Amino acid sequence: MGSIQLQHVNKSFGTHAVIPDASLEIKDGEFVVFVGPSGCGKSTLLRLIAGLEDTTSGQILLDGQDMTAAAPAKRQLAMVFQSYALYPHMTVAQNIGFPLKMAGMDKAAIDAKVKEAAGVLNLTSYLDRRPRNLSGGQRQRVAIGRAIVREPKAFLFDEPLSNLDAALRVNMRLEISELHHQLKTTMVYVTHDQVEAMTMADRIVVLNAGNIEQFGTPMELYRTPANRFVAGFIGSPKMNFVDGAEAAKHGAFAIGVRPEHMAVNKDSGLWRGTVGVAEHLGSDTFLHVNVDGLGLMTVRAEGEKQLHHGDVVWLTPDPSRIYRFDKDGQALAAA
Amino acid sequence: MARAATTQRKIVVTTAAWIVGLLIFFPILWTILTSFKTEGDAIAFPPSLFPPHWTLENYFEVQSRSDYFRHFVNSVVISIGSTVLALLIAVPAAWAMAFSPTPKTRDIMMWMLSTKMMPAVGVLVPIYLIFRTLGLLDNVWGLMVILMLMNLPIVVWMLYTYFKEIPVDILEAARMDGATLGKELVYVLVPMAVPGIASTMLLNVILAWNEAFWTLNLTAARAAPLTAFIASYSSPEGLFWAKLSAASTLAIAPILVLGWISQKQLVRGLTFGAVK
Ligand SMILES: Nc1ncnc2c1ncn2[C@@H]1O[C@H](COP(=O)(O)OP(=O)(O)OP(=O)(O)O)[C@@H](O)[C@H]1O
Ligand SMILES: [Mg+2]
Repeated sequence: MGSIQLQHVNKSFGTHAVIPDASLEIKDGEFVVFVGPSGCGKSTLLRLIAGLEDTTSGQILLDGQDMTAAAPAKRQLAMVFQSYALYPHMTVAQNIGFPLKMAGMDKAAIDAKVKEAAGVLNLTSYLDRRPRNLSGGQRQRVAIGRAIVREPKAFLFDEPLSNLDAALRVNMRLEISELHHQLKTTMVYVTHDQVEAMTMADRIVVLNAGNIEQFGTPMELYRTPANRFVAGFIGSPKMNFVDGAEAAKHGAFAIGVRPEHMAVNKDSGLWRGTVGVAEHLGSDTFLHVNVDGLGLMTVRAEGEKQLHHGDVVWLTPDPSRIYRFDKDGQALAAA
Repeated sequence: MARAATTQRKIVVTTAAWIVGLLIFFPILWTILTSFKTEGDAIAFPPSLFPPHWTLENYFEVQSRSDYFRHFVNSVVISIGSTVLALLIAVPAAWAMAFSPTPKTRDIMMWMLSTKMMPAVGVLVPIYLIFRTLGLLDNVWGLMVILMLMNLPIVVWMLYTYFKEIPVDILEAARMDGATLGKELVYVLVPMAVPGIASTMLLNVILAWNEAFWTLNLTAARAAPLTAFIASYSSPEGLFWAKLSAASTLAIAPILVLGWISQKQLVRGLTFGAVK
């Protein structure tokens, strides 16, 4: 069991309220991702759950029990740090076995558990090495191994992949997702990478300046963003926003169209513009188009489309995929 | 061209280092050489660097006149004892200062260090009276405590500098892994800080071994360490340079050897944090 509830949690450092008022309910077994720009309080929120920071006010419940004041050791949560935070003076086996040793398990049982975890994580041949003699990916696996042996109520990950190179990151992402399917334990995962968020999460918490902007499944956030911030944050490349007269035509203060929801045509369309930089990714091409009177927009075109810098193109948004926002950035119901 | 310049530079630096090294070592060398001279040669003018007549006479004399071994044991007990006591107090203190500092931590550390700026004589009378009342005069335990107190600020500072270098993440990981405060210290912090703790320990042993103010003022015979043993040769009957030198050589030999063996560790400890 591992449900996590935050009730009106506030965290302030001095007079600066990093988390003004957060309420959240994470169900047992869920994979929840906290995503948001740098400095928005993701780590702080995770550390509050871990017990590494004390709340200023509000309650944190684990499995329905108030754990607001409990020490980290008492919460039965496991954490994987961005820096891996392995014990440099211990071997891989000792690192993985450390939580069990702290729990007072006997040596034979620890050995068995460590072997099992090492098997799952492909670390069997490294058990006698010290962390400094491991690659980044292997260190990451040791950190995960140390977290899983103890069978915690939930796993907390703070940007665990950000020190890895791009290829390894994709691999580890899959491994962590796979692990979640096997273990079915609650996982809370912090990242500022919205691709990681979209691909891994059951549900995503979008944070902005310490406030929870929206909490929902990846597709909910993509299809029905609650506000302009979420609309702009989720989806890659970013949604295009237009305000002023063009938005007023749709009865909104601002409208948004995703790059993938616009048709590109050389001869006719709604908005006329000039092609700037074209990014060819192979499967897709992203065109940066300077639209007359509306500014720069990104649009997705099929890979083969031969368009060059300076060409004139016409863009036509899919009318059913235009997002409308009011003056405060809140989403308006579909027109 | 560039190569010649670096060679020249090396020669200059090496020569300078040797000169400074010899200057610093000269008094010790002089003492050691004098200890092998006869009393007559020791006070001869002009003095000769090497003994004209090598002799072990002084060592036999010193050994028969006083009990070197007893003083040696006292020195060992006092310096190691005070170091262990200091570490027991300083490790938790430095831990708290490094990992859960308050806005006043910096001030407290400065204040602690400032006590080292006061001349020790300033508190001699009160401490003497306290020791007399408690029956701690001429007692190794009393000396251990007073030397521990004298060196505590430096020990705390050194450990603090070391602990500061340890990533907080690792201690937090230990907490998440279920370690209590005590286990976090024993299994994670201390092993990671071993090099730092070792050099702090060495330095403190050396400081305590060489300490001559409190050891001379608070002991008479039973608890007297090697410093008192040396001092006893510069007393009433007049100065016997050769014997005094022999006693000094005997007194500094153990710590000199210890320092020699552990010089890498010591230098690392003293310059820690200076180079990143
Ligand atoms: N111990 C602290 N004292 C004061 N302010 C802090 C402390 N820890 C964090 N903050 C502030 O809280 C805010 C949120 O920090 P946090 O580390 O949670 O951000 P984050 O979302 O994890 O950012 P990143 O993506 O860069 O890791 C920041 O403005 C930071 O300066
Ligand atoms: Mg962070």
